[in-house]
Amino acid sequence: MFRRLKYHIAVFFSVIGPGFITAVVDNDAGGIYTYSQAGARYGYLPLWTLMPIMVLLIVTQEMCSRMGAVTGKGLSDLIREEFGLRTTFFMMAILVVANLMNVMANFAGIASSLELFHISRYFSVPLGAIIVWLLVVKGTYARVEKVFLFATVLYISYIVAGILVKPDWKQAALYSVKPEFMFEYGYLTMLIGMVGTSVAPWMQFYLQAAIVEKGVGAKEYAESRIEVIVGCVVMTVIAFFIIVACAGAIGSVAPRDIKDAADAAEGLKPFGTYAYLMFAAGLFNASLFAACILPLSTAYTVCEGLGFESGVNFGFREAPIFYWLFTLLIVVGGGVVLLPSFPLVKAILLSQVLNGILLPLVLVFMILLVNKRRLMREWTNNATYNVVAWTAVVVMIGLTLALIGISVQQLTI
Amino acid sequence: MADILYLTELLGLKVYDLKGRVLGRVRDAAIVPLIDPQRVDRYLIGGSGTSWLAVRHDQIQRISLNGLRLRDEVLTPYHNDEYMLRLVRDLLDQQIIDAQGRKVVRVTDVTFTIDGSELKVLEVDVGLRSVLRRLAQGLLPRDWIRSLQSPIAPQSISWQYCNIVEPDPQRRLRLNITHDFLEKMHPADIADIVEELGPEDREAIIASLDEEVAAEALSEVDPDMQASILEALETEKAADIMDEMDPGEAADVLAEIEEERADEIMHEMEAEDEVTELLEFADDSAGRLMSTEFVALADDATVAMAVRLLKENPESIEALQAIYLLAGEKLMATVPLARLLLAQGDTLLVKLAAENSTRVKVDAKQSRVVELFDKYNLLELPVVDAEERLVGVITADDVITLLRDE
Repeated sequence: MFRRLKYHIAVFFSVIGPGFITAVVDNDAGGIYTYSQAGARYGYLPLWTLMPIMVLLIVTQEMCSRMGAVTGKGLSDLIREEFGLRTTFFMMAILVVANLMNVMANFAGIASSLELFHISRYFSVPLGAIIVWLLVVKGTYARVEKVFLFATVLYISYIVAGILVKPDWKQAALYSVKPEFMFEYGYLTMLIGMVGTSVAPWMQFYLQAAIVEKGVGAKEYAESRIEVIVGCVVMTVIAFFIIVACAGAIGSVAPRDIKDAADAAEGLKPFGTYAYLMFAAGLFNASLFAACILPLSTAYTVCEGLGFESGVNFGFREAPIFYWLFTLLIVVGGGVVLLPSFPLVKAILLSQVLNGILLPLVLVFMILLVNKRRLMREWTNNATYNVVAWTAVVVMIGLTLALIGISVQQLTI
Repeated sequence: MADILYLTELLGLKVYDLKGRVLGRVRDAAIVPLIDPQRVDRYLIGGSGTSWLAVRHDQIQRISLNGLRLRDEVLTPYHNDEYMLRLVRDLLDQQIIDAQGRKVVRVTDVTFTIDGSELKVLEVDVGLRSVLRRLAQGLLPRDWIRSLQSPIAPQSISWQYCNIVEPDPQRRLRLNITHDFLEKMHPADIADIVEELGPEDREAIIASLDEEVAAEALSEVDPDMQASILEALETEKAADIMDEMDPGEAADVLAEIEEERADEIMHEMEAEDEVTELLEFADDSAGRLMSTEFVALADDATVAMAVRLLKENPESIEALQAIYLLAGEKLMATVPLARLLLAQGDTLLVKLAAENSTRVKVDAKQSRVVELFDKYNLLELPVVDAEERLVGVITADDVITLLRDE
């Protein structure tokens, strides 16, 4: 009995990585901004959305990791095999553009978080880009993953920041379970934004590819599922502390809109240097982390789907398209942040629109694929799960369409 | 040079009957590998009706870029045939093994040569050029696409090197697919290919290989994957493969598998006792790293005796570095193999022995083993038990693997 338990624990540690990393990277510069804004403007009120968000996240992530473990193939591979090259290409094209904007947002996060420490962006952004490039190109997957796992630990800084602000815990607990609706344009926009940033198309591709790369099989899947769920819970906890920190420091003192995540860090200053530093350091870590993962995941997904050699285990000569795409995403993503007149906010809104167009497609394909018995054997969704999954997808699609609407409106203003 | 036709272009070509009326368009094409591995045997035509028609290759008068002209009126409805390899359904967008490039690729398009009334598969296309062709087909005129793609270097695999992976052994027979070509490859290349495939294909390939080749390939595969492949194989097959492996390596693989399943496999193995003993050693001990295959002789043996022994067991010399001399069962000396080359037949082996006989205890830490290899520049290190009895050897490549895994 004990040996069995020991075996399962050993397996758990051998599968840890993909699910955890994906969920945590979800709190990137864009996510942190959204949560900070929610807390700064509306205090503790939006906390209740985190529970449903967590469920949505778990349902989608779980299906991806299961597909990866059972079929041993990436999501873009499966879409290509089952739905053809044109569909795949169309999705990949949107994904590249949307992810490029996300990369920009994260380099902007690197720039603004380090500017809080009085480091010029003309220094921090190129350096960040070089670090990201070297880490991925010169490392092996196992080593890169270890660095990534370490980076997830640094998210604790948000929990520390949240505690240092000394928020009203009673209120925070109350509003975590009590849904609060206000039929006000800003509030609804914020709710939709929170859900919209939480489930992004790139995550599904990244997670499934990482599970495959890691060699998790159907047998270790039980442990892998726990890992995915733990990852989603941790992501929610971090989001909770970001909202609470901003609610305690800004929202409950003098509610206002913040202009970026670094602005939120400034707002924490009255509550001590440490809270401020922790928040800023967390933003830097999250941005750098996402700036690593996003280009890598994009290059992987695209090359896989279109049948080009991909992976950090190949050399530059063997997989030229993979490396060029990866490099280009970093150079362009980092480069535009240095252009003084680049409309970054519009770019981020555009990326939300593109993500919104892509996500329904990805989710629908996912459910269709996960229910194919030929691919998944006895691991297809059961009826109850399908009801939950379809409901989640319909809710996501509805909210995403609303987000597209809002983003388009703001783009045209 | 014969004319070229791409599968993407073939699809959608009009099919004309004897009177020049359009019957429909080509929807798929099939090869029957048992009859001819290259010639397109059947064309599947979709017309106004719901079901497809099948046209045999000898019913066609002429194939050109403008369409297919038939010479026969009697067409049969298409029904699924297990002997057909359908190019769109079974090949396009799927993974195949490129035997020449020794890797797994995904098929984007297929190139045919037009030979009067027949199409022959020339090569399978991958890469940017074929992606462009696929995407543009139907949106742009064919001539435009052909000139657009011409500056891009083609990436194609000659049809004779293309190997379809089919997990179902029945269907493999019907389609005349073998995995024989794999057995000529280096085990490390087979391992790379296996790692690229999905679990089903992976297991099918290992199961279809000769046990010895399978064992060699498997030992080059990533340890996590080794375990999952072996768990999926039939117990007997798994045991046979493990028996072909070095017992030390077999023990390492078995340690990764769930206890019950590992026991099942072990019971079927001939080397069960050996492996069980090895599994008793701690994970990071010299005992787990060692191989139990070595050549040892009594300490009064001569060069001639050693040479005779090796001649009688030619398989043992493959990676042989040294011969060990034993007094009773105790390790006395190590004789580097190269020294035998210059010695007379009647020379006592003891006289050729290395000056100091470096050895390591079976329960020593693996880090100690690495130290010894580094310090004494070893190629091979004998492992002894508490009574100084020789129980195994560790070779430099075991150490390299160990260091790389860290």
